[in-house]
Amino acid sequence: MSRVSEALKPNTKMVPLPSDYIVPERDVNEIPVLECRHLGIDFGGLHAVEDFNLTVGKTEIAGLIGPNGAGKTTVFNLLTKVYAPTRGTIMLDGQDTAGMSISRASQAGIARTFQNIRLFSSLSVEDNVRIGLHNQVHCGMMPGIFRTPRYWKSEREFHEKSLELLDVFDMSSYAGITAGSLPYGAQRRLEIVRALATNPKLLLLDEPAAGMNPSETADLMQNILKIRDQFKISVMLIEHDMDLVMGICEGIAVLNYGKIIAKGTPEQIQENPQVIEAYLGKSREA
Amino acid sequence: MTMFKSMSKSARSTFTTYAMVVVAYVIVQILANGGMITNSLTGQLVPICAYICLAVSLNLVVGISGELSLGHAGFMSVGAFAGVVAAACFSSSVPNDALRLILSIAVGGGCAAIAGFVVGIPVMRLHGDYLAIVTLAFGEIIKNIMNNLYVGLDSAGLHFSMTDANSLGMSGGTILINGPQGAVGIEKLSTFFAGFILVIFCLFVVLNLIHSRSGRAIMAVRDNRIAAESVGINVTKYRLMAFVISAALAGMAGALYAMNYSSIVPKKFDFNTSILILVFVVLGGMGNIRGSVISATILTILPEMLRAISDYRMLIYAIVLILVMLVSNNPTLKGAWANLRSRLRGRRGRPKVAAAEAAGDAPEGGDSDE
Ligand SMILES: Nc1ncnc2c1ncn2[C@@H]1O[C@H](COP(=O)(O)OP(=O)(O)OP(=O)(O)O)[C@@H](O)[C@H]1O
Ligand SMILES: [Mg+2]
Repeated sequence: MSRVSEALKPNTKMVPLPSDYIVPERDVNEIPVLECRHLGIDFGGLHAVEDFNLTVGKTEIAGLIGPNGAGKTTVFNLLTKVYAPTRGTIMLDGQDTAGMSISRASQAGIARTFQNIRLFSSLSVEDNVRIGLHNQVHCGMMPGIFRTPRYWKSEREFHEKSLELLDVFDMSSYAGITAGSLPYGAQRRLEIVRALATNPKLLLLDEPAAGMNPSETADLMQNILKIRDQFKISVMLIEHDMDLVMGICEGIAVLNYGKIIAKGTPEQIQENPQVIEAYLGKSREA
Repeated sequence: MTMFKSMSKSARSTFTTYAMVVVAYVIVQILANGGMITNSLTGQLVPICAYICLAVSLNLVVGISGELSLGHAGFMSVGAFAGVVAAACFSSSVPNDALRLILSIAVGGGCAAIAGFVVGIPVMRLHGDYLAIVTLAFGEIIKNIMNNLYVGLDSAGLHFSMTDANSLGMSGGTILINGPQGAVGIEKLSTFFAGFILVIFCLFVVLNLIHSRSGRAIMAVRDNRIAAESVGINVTKYRLMAFVISAALAGMAGALYAMNYSSIVPKKFDFNTSILILVFVVLGGMGNIRGSVISATILTILPEMLRAISDYRMLIYAIVLILVMLVSNNPTLKGAWANLRSRLRGRRGRPKVAAAEAAGDAPEGGDSDE
């Protein structure tokens, strides 16, 4: 009884659920892979991200755009648990990720690339992918040191799987090269391969086309679509290249000063006057 | 030879390292049998093996795991005294000398591993310079504990005390570790052959680890901690793993070292020894296991070789150190050496990455994803 009366207290704060639940039609019957509710983080006095509500469908390609310093990378850092949110929740495939460490979040199915490439640059391309496979292929420390049959089996598995993954980007011929000596575009692709190796449900790409030439970018678009279809995963990407964003994203959210100012399909975003003013207009001038 | 060529690059490098150690051992053994090695050098053979193991094990932490540890002698010390005590305890129950040595070294390694774990848990919360300073402090703490440790053995078993020898409450028996005087009356069990086997064992553990899932995780954390975490690697676990394995191997080396002498004092395992081992590692190249083996050997022999010019011995040693550092870090010389090597090898394998692809330069975005 007392509980009911407490719940009905007149000053109970009501929290609105995200009303703008938009995902591709094919995903509406599934649990969304990502659901952020009232997500926010402060750095000192700065509200870097505020009241961020977003839903990403099971096989959706979603875009997150906005001017420099809008808070896009910060959102990725929140999703991957690099930062603990000041407010709000993140549901990954129906699972609350509160309190998870970065590595737990990875095991829960979220993988990412970095705006400033973070490869294991002194190791080979293949080793980078093998490290991505860390939680997919198992072999303990002792079997590894004493080279039991378990070790040889796992190494074979590591080798086969990593070459298979590198093949997605036609990179298996680079397998033996030191990752740090790869050309820039190839490093970005290797980061995607490494992220894919963790067997994610949601792949976050932070400016994947940065520094790529137009033909590389066109290939990248095809590859992102291919990854989505082949691995049946969702992709969320941050990108300044509007051709890429408008070309492959199904849903787009626009961030400005840490707040979402618009959400919708590419067509809706392109026509939104607020977006044009805050983002597209400015970047055209620049 | 064809088999050698068909091996992968890393397998070839590993093979070369083992081959080098075996050949060196055989040559020294032949020379020694022919009486062609001076007495003072013969006395250095076991210490050389111990220092190789110490350098290889420290390289696991400094080069492979990427953490600067300045307390390695502390783990050597734990292993040394634990090994000595174990050897005394086993003296009646295990009559076979070789077996007793193996057991004592294992006990030394085990105790050092425990010490490594206890020290590692707080240390692994730190990074960089802070970690280095705290390992230094722990090294000194271990030295001071050993300075105040009294261990005796009598018919009732082992007695421990941290105050003085009298408080051990012994009925007869012998005092094994006597505080600052250290261990006396050690049975000299270590042999050059045992040292050689321990070197091979350390190489086996470290090289196999590097080429396994765990070793790759350790190197991933070194290269980029955030990226390693983002692919689901438990960073603390793998940093601690490297630290504990390294401590265990240092403890084994310490036991080997101690059982080469009739007495040993805790002061031997001080900061200077830690730095000495670090010098081996830095000189041999961070993460370069074979380099550690070579530099530990040369830098242990060198002062002996220079004994003839006793007054200038340490001066020349220092000059050689500085020269080697300069030469090995000189980009011009490095480039020339790499050039020479590739020319000797010819244009074998190695797919060349199209230079055109390298055109797209890295734009510097905000550094905000830290
Ligand atoms: N760790 C931090 N501490 C303090 N402020 C931060 C931190 N990380 C980000 N910020 C601030 O938060 C804001 C958003 O940064 P963020 O990197 O997320 O922008 P972005 O949208 O990714 O920009 P860009 O397009 O340049 O990559 C910026 O003002 C930035 O200075
Ligand atoms: Mg950013």
